[in-house]
Amino acid sequence: MPQSNTEYLQILPFILMGSGIVISVIIEMFYKKSEPVLGWFSVLLFITVGFVSLASINDSAVLFNNMIEVGGKPAIFNFIFTFGAAVMILSSMNYISKYGIYFGEFFIIVQSSVLGMMIMAGAKDLFMIFMGLELMSICFYVLAGLNRKKIQANEASMKYFLLGAFATGFIVYGIALMYGSSGTTSLPYIFENFSSLISNVLFVTGLGLFLIGFSFKIAAFPFHMWVPDVYQGSATTITGLMSTGGKTAAFSVLIIMLSAVFANNAANTFEPYFAGISVLSMLFGSIVAIAQDNLKRMLAYSSIAHAGYMVIGLAAGNQDSVAGIIFYLAAYTFMNLGAFGVLSIIEGKDDTLLDINSYAGLNSKSPILAAFMALFMFALAGIPPMAGFFGKYYVFIAAIKSDLTWLAIIGVLSSVISVYFYLRVVVYMYFKESTVNFSIEKNNTGLLAVVISGILILVFGIIPDTLLNVIISVLNF
Amino acid sequence: MIEQYIPIFLVIATAAVFGAAVVFSSKLFGPQRPNDIKISPYESGKKPVGNTSERISVKYYLVAMLFIIFDIEVIYVYPWAVEFKSLYAQYGIFAFTPMLIFLIVLELGFVYVYMKGGLKWD
Amino acid sequence: MNLEIILFIVLALVAVVSSVAMITRPHPVISAVFLILNFFALSGLYLLLNAQFIAVVQVIVYAGAIMVLFLFVLMLLNTNKEDNIFKQNKALKIFAIAIAVLIFAQVAFLIFFSSPSDALNSQVAESVQSGTIQQIGTKLYTDYILPFEAAGFLLLAATIGALVLSKKKFE
Repeated sequence: MPQSNTEYLQILPFILMGSGIVISVIIEMFYKKSEPVLGWFSVLLFITVGFVSLASINDSAVLFNNMIEVGGKPAIFNFIFTFGAAVMILSSMNYISKYGIYFGEFFIIVQSSVLGMMIMAGAKDLFMIFMGLELMSICFYVLAGLNRKKIQANEASMKYFLLGAFATGFIVYGIALMYGSSGTTSLPYIFENFSSLISNVLFVTGLGLFLIGFSFKIAAFPFHMWVPDVYQGSATTITGLMSTGGKTAAFSVLIIMLSAVFANNAANTFEPYFAGISVLSMLFGSIVAIAQDNLKRMLAYSSIAHAGYMVIGLAAGNQDSVAGIIFYLAAYTFMNLGAFGVLSIIEGKDDTLLDINSYAGLNSKSPILAAFMALFMFALAGIPPMAGFFGKYYVFIAAIKSDLTWLAIIGVLSSVISVYFYLRVVVYMYFKESTVNFSIEKNNTGLLAVVISGILILVFGIIPDTLLNVIISVLNF
Repeated sequence: MIEQYIPIFLVIATAAVFGAAVVFSSKLFGPQRPNDIKISPYESGKKPVGNTSERISVKYYLVAMLFIIFDIEVIYVYPWAVEFKSLYAQYGIFAFTPMLIFLIVLELGFVYVYMKGGLKWD
Repeated sequence: MNLEIILFIVLALVAVVSSVAMITRPHPVISAVFLILNFFALSGLYLLLNAQFIAVVQVIVYAGAIMVLFLFVLMLLNTNKEDNIFKQNKALKIFAIAIAVLIFAQVAFLIFFSSPSDALNSQVAESVQSGTIQQIGTKLYTDYILPFEAAGFLLLAATIGALVLSKKKFE
């Protein structure tokens, strides 16, 4: 029960999202041709929820008996989730009929997964974290295998489900140990007694298992095995959502859990762990991506590398690095969604036209798409005026402040390696003759999604300091 | 406190003894003159074909999944029903609304499955 | 010896014997039936600890729903005799034993060397009461109302997902 009736108003984003799902199910039941209606309804819902969340950014509150936090940091995450999902829905509207999953349920499941992400980002209780994680993950397992006729999609769904369930097992075991040693699942209570709990073997084991489970979800190196196959097998736009929203939600939980470690100024107990997985993810992702000709697979490995760059911030463990991670996540979400949006426009029937040769001479076929693809590739590579550069820059600077210069140097090295495979796409688009003959179908909503992502990337790149200051102002530790 | 469960254990014990008695008493007291035809699986004369564990249709999967989902729903309703009186005394109508929302969301899923023909055998 | 100790010994024996029987039977359906027996014995043990709600969940969800799913999967896959994976892969056996030893060591550590329930020990009466259905009902529908509603949406998403993944119409 809430303490007062104003709490119902403060929790409005969640109420809106929940009633949006209910309304969508009703539309799907009674309306024969529900797909276009549901598509635009989802976009409207996501944008409304995003703005309602952003409106409360300055009055952060913990509601419903220390269950959920609204405003502040969760508001920024909600903005990333909802706008990312809106962009993803826009690219999907035409794409899903091409891919053969033209069902209204697609939109309902995407909405449910976003609700799960929002719950994760605002969680103040281990129960809430688990509920949000499961809501998001189950929706992703279903989305990955939505096209049952495609054998790769079935493989992707199965692999994702088995490894995801395995990771969830780690997380639940960790939660059980933390509950057993602290006697509560409420995070504020755990954080209050953190200095005494951190010397408890059981609690540290539990927290360690929890972090390992979430390392699966962010796709960091030793736990990345599922990423390439799942990203390649799923539908392109769905992969876009999994690699951005899913990763952002998992990082939001890691930031919530580790904020106690950071705030206590205790020697960062998990610093060696995070430094290790970040080095391995960065180098592995960047080096293996060089050998990929399939662009979806290339972006999958690049997503492993990006997880590595972000984990540098967790290893550094100070306020600046957390703000840097959040900025990086926002930038990464839109540049990746934009890249996957371009892929989904060009992709032909039955997973064709995804390899890099199809992109040769794209500039002569469609100058707009080529220009935006180049923009996203530059941003992902971290070329200075783009948002991607500032994401990396803030994280590396924070690492240097925490005496982790060697980690920042490896990060820069790995970025240099990654420039090769990102620019390779640009070179193919502009300086090679087309060898594959195909025509690009008209796809207005898909183009709109690409343009929106591009504009957001440019805006993030023009005023990065303002945004970073907003993020720092809402971090409360 | 365990004493309060004695009636339940008695019921379980009675059920077990009764079940065992029914099975074994016919073996014990009935006349037994078996021959090949009598002990065959189908006494009507049909010869058994293949194995007992036939591979079943994947359509059953949906039935099993829906069963589990609504079974878990029951688990949530159960403590609410036990505790409803004291919750109502304390919170009035707010003891009722959370379960109402929960059930609306869940039954919406049920109606959805019905409307989409999930309960039909096609 | 009082009634509780006798019941504990009987139930614990049933649980151990049925779980050993479960992993040694070659036929998977018979293993599943032993697993049901194991669930019932565990449910009785929970009752002895005054955790009535967990006992009920154990019977309704695990012995009921989860076992139905297990048996459905067994029938879908049509496995008459398990192919013994340990015979094909010796390294796997060593790995399995190592994990079993690890978990056993951890449980032993929990029981004998650590005191995980320090916070609870000071309030034994309260912790004994907290397993009852009344307590869980009060907590679930007041403090934990938000996770409860989230569970509603989780089940809705699972319903829709199950339909989409298995109905012929969605091909």
